[in-house]
Order: sequence, then C-alpha cells, then structure tokens
Amino acid sequence: MTIERNTDIEIRLLIEAIYLKYSYDFRDYSGASIKRRVLHAVRQFGCTTISALQERVLHDPGMFMQLLQFLTIPVSEMFRDPEYFLALRQEVVPLLRTWPSLKVWIAGCSTGEEVYSMAILLREEGLLERTIIYATDINPSSLEKAKQGIYSLQNMHTYAENYRKAGGLRDFSEYYTSAYGNAILDSSLRDNVTFADHSLATDSVFSETQLICCRNVLIYFNKTLQDRAFGLFHESLCHRGFLLLGSKETVDFSAYADRFQVLVKPARIYRKS
Amino acid sequence: MNGIEAITLGASAGGVSALLSLFHALPQDFQIPLLCVLHLPDGRHSQLAEVFSRRLGRPVCEAQDKQAVAPGLIYFAGPGYHLSVERDRSFSLSQEERVFFSRPSIDFLFASAADAYGPALLGVLLTGANEDGARGLAQIKHLGGHTIIQDPREAQVATMPKAALALHRPDYILPLSGIGQLLAKLEYSTC
Repeated sequence: MTIERNTDIEIRLLIEAIYLKYSYDFRDYSGASIKRRVLHAVRQFGCTTISALQERVLHDPGMFMQLLQFLTIPVSEMFRDPEYFLALRQEVVPLLRTWPSLKVWIAGCSTGEEVYSMAILLREEGLLERTIIYATDINPSSLEKAKQGIYSLQNMHTYAENYRKAGGLRDFSEYYTSAYGNAILDSSLRDNVTFADHSLATDSVFSETQLICCRNVLIYFNKTLQDRAFGLFHESLCHRGFLLLGSKETVDFSAYADRFQVLVKPARIYRKS
Repeated sequence: MNGIEAITLGASAGGVSALLSLFHALPQDFQIPLLCVLHLPDGRHSQLAEVFSRRLGRPVCEAQDKQAVAPGLIYFAGPGYHLSVERDRSFSLSQEERVFFSRPSIDFLFASAADAYGPALLGVLLTGANEDGARGLAQIKHLGGHTIIQDPREAQVATMPKAALALHRPDYILPLSGIGQLLAKLEYSTC
C-alpha cells in the first residue's frame, strides 16, 4: 500500500524541476536524507510549502545555488579516519611506487580537506611530484573553498591529532600558516591538483587513474546511482588500480561486487580485479 | 495491534541494560525485525552488536548501508552516522548535522521508518537523558503506526520518555516488563 502524500509528490516535482532546469540530478539519491534536507531548506528559507520553494528555485538561479548548499553535505575533516590513512600509507603507497606517474581522482571532494590530506601523504612519501590529483565535486561553492585551502584554526588541533595517528612524519603545523583565526594551507600542496565540476550522476569518465578516493559520497545514492558510480570508477581505474571508500561503504551490495577485491577490509580499500 | 512488520527502538542513558532486559523477554525465534538507535559517547568504536549478540545468543548486527531489513534480526545503528530506512525497506546511512548532539539520531530512524512502514510500524522509546526520539515517535503515530513509551517512573533517566509524552499520546505507557510481554505476543506477518 503506497499513499503518496503531498510531501512526497512535492519532493519529486522539486527534484525533477531542478534536473530539468539546472541539470543537477538528485533523482537517484537516497530518499530519506533528501526528504530531511528539502524540509530543512523549506524552513530555513521561510517557505510555507515545498511547492513554494520550487517556484523560487525555478525562477531564480541564485536561489538554486543556495538550495544546493542544503542538498549537499559538506562534512569533512583532514585525515578523517586516521586508520584509513595509515593503511593507505602502509599498504597502498608501496604499490603506487611501481607506477612511473600517477593519476588520483578524489570524487566528491567537498571543501577539500581530503585533497590536502592526500597531497600531504603523497608528498611525505615522495610521490606528489609525479602525481596529478583530480578533485571533483558538484557544488561550486565547495570547490571554491577547496581551491582556497583556508580552514578554521580551531579545527587544526583535531586535524593534527588525526595526522599523527595516521602516521604523519612531521609536525602538522609545518603545513599551514595562521592568520586571523584561519589556517592557510601551504599552496604548493595544490600545485598538482586540478579542481573540476563533475557529477557522478550525469557525467562520464575523463581520465585513466591509478587510485580513486570517494568517501562518504555513495551513502547518499540509491543502489542504481551507486552502480553507476562504481561503473565509472571501474572504467577509469587502470588494471589493479585502487578504490578507496568511506568507513561504512562497500561494493558488496552492488553490481560490481565481484569486480573489486578487498585489500584492507576495515579501511575499505579495494583493488580492481 | 496486528500486522506489525518492524519495530524501532530508541534509548540513550540507561539504554544498554533496558534493551538487554527487553530483548531477554522475547522468544528466541522472534521474527519481527528490531531496529535500534542507542546513543553512545562519540569516538568509541561501537561494539554494541557483538555485546548484544553474545549476551542474547541470537543474531545482532550493525545496520549496513543499502542492506535490506530482514526478519529475525536485531539491528543497531553504528557510531558517527545517522541510520534511516528507505521506502524499499533497506537501510541508508548519512552524515547530516547532529540532532540533540547525537549522530545517530533516534528521530531520523523513527521518521524514516514511519515513511517506509506506515501503520505496520511499532515505535518504542525508552530511558534517556535528552529529547531525541520524541518527534520521531510522534511521526510514527501520525502516519498510522503504533507507539509505546517506557513509564518515566521506571526509566533510569526519565527525560526522554517525558519529552515524548509531552508531544503525543502513545498507545501504551508501560514498564519494561510490560513492553516485553506485549512485544512477545506480536505475530509477524508480511502482507
């Protein structure tokens, strides 16, 4: 028995309108989370209904960009899940050394914390100079923050602790300068980084890569869209390339379950088989 | 109360012993899936599933993203992520902002499960020291589901049951033993 209540109808119409007008495709995102975020946005914008929000979004691109900030979830920190970065350093880096040049894709890079963490790790392992990092996201505001590499100084204590647990070789404060309550990350870390707008829902593969890192992005997709993303990753990765997922993400329930092997289970590090 | 296809349970302070005693009252072959959010201090890797599995001698697992809800199992939300049930009755995880300082949030699980199960859902809110769960439980009721609140006089910490009572009138207000007896009599059906 399915009773499509007004809210459900309105959410579907809003998502469809966004797709038709702005080509952002949230149609295969997990429904429960999208519903909460849309309702949250409705309250924040002072709209009486989702339909009222839809009207504003449809006629005002600026309004859509504001809504996009609610529909995407920029939760990130540097060296988040230190045990994952430790496993990356210990188990994956030795194998990465075997390639003369490296291409790394950080899909859904949000505000860039993951990008700089990866760049620091690769530099300490002597690999950054021969690496190109593609950092992609659907949210232009997040990408802009990522390009700037400026974060609140308050977070640096946590990041430094993460960095140390992740097997960091130096003093974390060497990687940033402080100014006005902010930490400005060493800009040379992004010398080899290309930031780009890319959607796992609508775009295709743009390069062959040796390593793809896509953490805490796939949980927001339904199975159909997850399979699409895994398809892109599989196509992009070279033979025996690495796929790194978030701590609660897995290829196990996907159509690509048998096309990736587990390298480090708890750290969610997979290898194209 | 007929045709219950899933039971959601929420608790925080005092929740481990409350849930253990409640589950001990259920028959070993209890078929209705039990979906639980239990608040725990942050940064601690949750051993809840293992602890409960060992103590109860029956299958208990941490709910995985995209995993289908299956009969006969007890599921716990893992630490650091919100747990929801999708319309196709599979789990999904997310990292939205905390609710009442908590992630996982009881409200999020309850409200999403209410959408997924409607009248076939039973929500149970137990002891706890914050107000998470009150709105989710009211939402279950609003969508035709059934609700039970642990008697605040018995709850180890009464804040959570009291907050829920302030928002809606549940089907039952019972002590743990009464909740156990009521659940044990439920027949599982999928229609």
